[in-house]
Amino acid sequence: MADAVAGYGPGTMYLGGGTNLVDLMRLGVATPERLVDVSRLPLGEITEDERGGVRIGAAVRNADLAAHPVIASRYPMLARAVLAGASGQVRNMATVGGNLLQRTRCTYFQDVTMPCNKRDPGSGCPAIDGDHANLAILGHSARCVATHPSDMAVALTALDARVHVTSTSGSRVIGMPGLHRLPADDPSRDTVLEPGELITAVSLPPPLPGRSSYRKVRERASFAFALVSVAAVLDTGGGGVIRDCRLALGGVAHVPWRAFTSERAVAGVAGDRDSFAAAADAELRAAAPLTRNVYKVALARNLIIETLEELVS
Amino acid sequence: MNRVEGIDKVTGRAKYAGESGEAAYVFAVQSAVPSGAVSAMDTAAAREMPGVLAVLTCVDPPVLGSAEDAELALFQTREIAFHGQLVGAVVADTLENARAAAAAVRVDYAATAHDVGLRADHPGRYTPDKVNPGLPADLSYGDIEAGLAAAAVSIDVTYTTPTLHNNPMEPHAALAAWDDEGHLTVADSTQGPSADRDTIATVLGLRPDQVRVISPHVGGGFGSKGTTRPPAILAALAARAAGRPVKAVFTRQQMFQLTGYRTPTIQRLRLGAGQDGKLTAVAHAVTEQTAIRTEFAEQTATCARVMYATPALSTTHRLVRLNVPAPSWMRAPGECPGMYALESAMDELAVAAGIDPIELRARNDPATEPESGKPFSSRHLVECLREGARRFGWAGRDPRPAVRATGPWLSGTGVAASTYPARRQPSSASVTAEGDKLVVRIAAADIGTGARTALTRIAAECLDVPTGQVQLELGDSSLPDAWLAGGSMGTASWGSAVAAACADFHKNGTRGTADTTEEVAADSGGFARHAFGAQFAEVLVHPGTGEVRVPRLLGVFAAGRIIDQTLARSQFIGGMTMGLGMALMEETVVDAAQGGFVHRDLAQYHVPTCADVQDIEAMWLDEQDPHLNPMGSKGIGEIGIVGTAAAIGNAVWHATGQRIRDLPITPAKILSRSDHE
Repeated sequence: MADAVAGYGPGTMYLGGGTNLVDLMRLGVATPERLVDVSRLPLGEITEDERGGVRIGAAVRNADLAAHPVIASRYPMLARAVLAGASGQVRNMATVGGNLLQRTRCTYFQDVTMPCNKRDPGSGCPAIDGDHANLAILGHSARCVATHPSDMAVALTALDARVHVTSTSGSRVIGMPGLHRLPADDPSRDTVLEPGELITAVSLPPPLPGRSSYRKVRERASFAFALVSVAAVLDTGGGGVIRDCRLALGGVAHVPWRAFTSERAVAGVAGDRDSFAAAADAELRAAAPLTRNVYKVALARNLIIETLEELVS
Repeated sequence: MNRVEGIDKVTGRAKYAGESGEAAYVFAVQSAVPSGAVSAMDTAAAREMPGVLAVLTCVDPPVLGSAEDAELALFQTREIAFHGQLVGAVVADTLENARAAAAAVRVDYAATAHDVGLRADHPGRYTPDKVNPGLPADLSYGDIEAGLAAAAVSIDVTYTTPTLHNNPMEPHAALAAWDDEGHLTVADSTQGPSADRDTIATVLGLRPDQVRVISPHVGGGFGSKGTTRPPAILAALAARAAGRPVKAVFTRQQMFQLTGYRTPTIQRLRLGAGQDGKLTAVAHAVTEQTAIRTEFAEQTATCARVMYATPALSTTHRLVRLNVPAPSWMRAPGECPGMYALESAMDELAVAAGIDPIELRARNDPATEPESGKPFSSRHLVECLREGARRFGWAGRDPRPAVRATGPWLSGTGVAASTYPARRQPSSASVTAEGDKLVVRIAAADIGTGARTALTRIAAECLDVPTGQVQLELGDSSLPDAWLAGGSMGTASWGSAVAAACADFHKNGTRGTADTTEEVAADSGGFARHAFGAQFAEVLVHPGTGEVRVPRLLGVFAAGRIIDQTLARSQFIGGMTMGLGMALMEETVVDAAQGGFVHRDLAQYHVPTCADVQDIEAMWLDEQDPHLNPMGSKGIGEIGIVGTAAAIGNAVWHATGQRIRDLPITPAKILSRSDHE
């Protein structure tokens, strides 16, 4: 591990499963001078900690994560989210660390003949007036309307995951949400990671009480990024009143979007359709859809309501 | 029957064009602007890069024999007609070196205003002389306005379909090698080695006998490999420049720009009918696009000339030249988008008239082909509809929309007709006894359809020997000339030649040859020849999320004699699956401002996954038709895609009450429209 981070320098990129980075290299979007393969570092374990939480090594393959008995039984929503992503073959390759750091699938970002502020700062954002049907409705800027593509990250965001990173200057822990950042004036940076920082693990607190769900909407039944997805944990304590709710949205923003406003709106109120609708509306009041993704506001609203209704049923 | 080359394919022994030998690599430099001209190219840096063997540019055009085909006249002009046009290429020892050097070529452009937007009122609309494959652009009879005026019910609706891409699994690829005498051998991914050889020879200024095309295995084409594509010419020019064999393998992104696609269409349908549902007028007006330097006119409205009896018919095609790559053949050009619109409109008419959509079609089944008045060699559309209705459980269907729910999902069913012409073209073949094998030779192409297997069966039957005794050789232009795998004519054309060669073989028992030119010429006689079918779909639509799922698809076809059940089922359900993709997800997005296709890979251009295809079944009637060919067969490669999208769209209406007339039917459209209609 020390060798890996010591090997970092300008133009270096860490390589996990390569399911995104290798594609980007083929497209000319990523042009690393040097790759440090971190997929075989001793970061492939999933271990339960003494407090009842779990620590997931950054090199754990997505397929192994979803199939792990601890994850499947104690964090089923995370397993569902992982299985909702990509295909079996891709999940066999993709790593947890790499999944968190995958880049947007915005078509302009991936086409080096097009302008893109994320890839080529200052060149412009053609998506705003172009093909943005699957881009952001929340938290975007005049510079960038990209979305983060991960399903797993949406689940981790709802579950208060913590991301462990290390570099030659030390180690630190970053909470989720918080790893990813909104585009603002610098869309070239997807996360708060500093150059050379390597994700070593993701840890989860003990499972929250209540029921959980991950629901992903896309126009085909498999192997497509979310139009909108919802990760939710809902605790009614067995009664009709919401004690606690954790809610995150995918496909709507530059980050996996934690819906704190909705969470606050449902806490302590009756778990029924009206309160869920009010909670969804409260969150989506901040939505600023573009011409061709107005549908996402209705989709996110309906999906929040349906998912929460299912969890109280 | 299992494919005779099946084991070769699953074990990797079957070699495709791009893996057919060792060679240097050529990588293309493409225009970054959609319109204008190349003002300068600086190749100095590229030439100094590792492994570079040669550089080709439009600034220093290589010599060609013919520049008539603009798509193949590589580097002959500095004028840019579309984003992604080939402006140069670099040859190097490895793919990586070629690619890196191609990226180092600096191109300066004098860009001009571009136009990639197709509109029905585009000022540049014009009427082509002919539509593919040589049919009249406009064909009308009777009085449309009078028919509409007299109608008890009528509809006037416009359907649109997007740019669609063929997306065969195997990329377009070619490996070219010149010998010391100036003969060229091209391992090419082609649907027709004979025609490919002739085209390559013409473009390069060679005689056909100086060119040999080899294509034993082709990983799909769907029409996009029916004409010679740039890799063959690019590899040949690169090999000439580098003085050694060179391969050109297109990336998926390059395939989107340089290997054809289905034009977007705008189709206005006006239908009128009496109280009894009998049509009084059918007007099908189509607007579609073509390229600046290449005209391709998809025959989108010609299906209306075949389908239904009407006293007044109007079918028109208008084209607009745009800064786009040239559209071309994609599985069932014409019938596929045309029948989507016509069969959707027939469903709307059935609803307006209060008549069951199957009954409406039965009442308008014509006695003779509407456009020609010729009798059909066979037509069993109504039988397909009735048999499909029986198997699908159509009887007792509640015609009302939006009244069936399973949990949050609304369900509905839909039906549509399908049709495709049954034609054949001249081909030749030979049969010789060699050892214990009977070797059949024909320059046919097996693009994954199972042609090698079907022709083995046909030959075995004609020769009255077990299939294991027949050795079939195809995919090589040095074999007897043959038609290409296109227009659903492969098996009919090749099978006719194989059957005739087998008959000739019987005369002496050692060698038989045949050329069906005269036999096929006699076809153009008294009959209209078409296959027909009926497509049934059941859909589930989630009104809150806009998701559409298709739990059931059933296709019933009347396509003459089915030569091989296994292969036929694959063709039918493969076509239907592609139709499902067209209905719900396939679309190449065009960026008006940037002037190009912005979806150029399979992560963005979605085709159906296994999870999208649930209960899918195809069956066929035992149709006897003595007016076709020795096998009594009609082509089946394309009809499966025809009508599927309409059946699904009609089912979406039945489920939701929403008539979405703009493909694909996505969650965005369902959600955007849920507040009206």
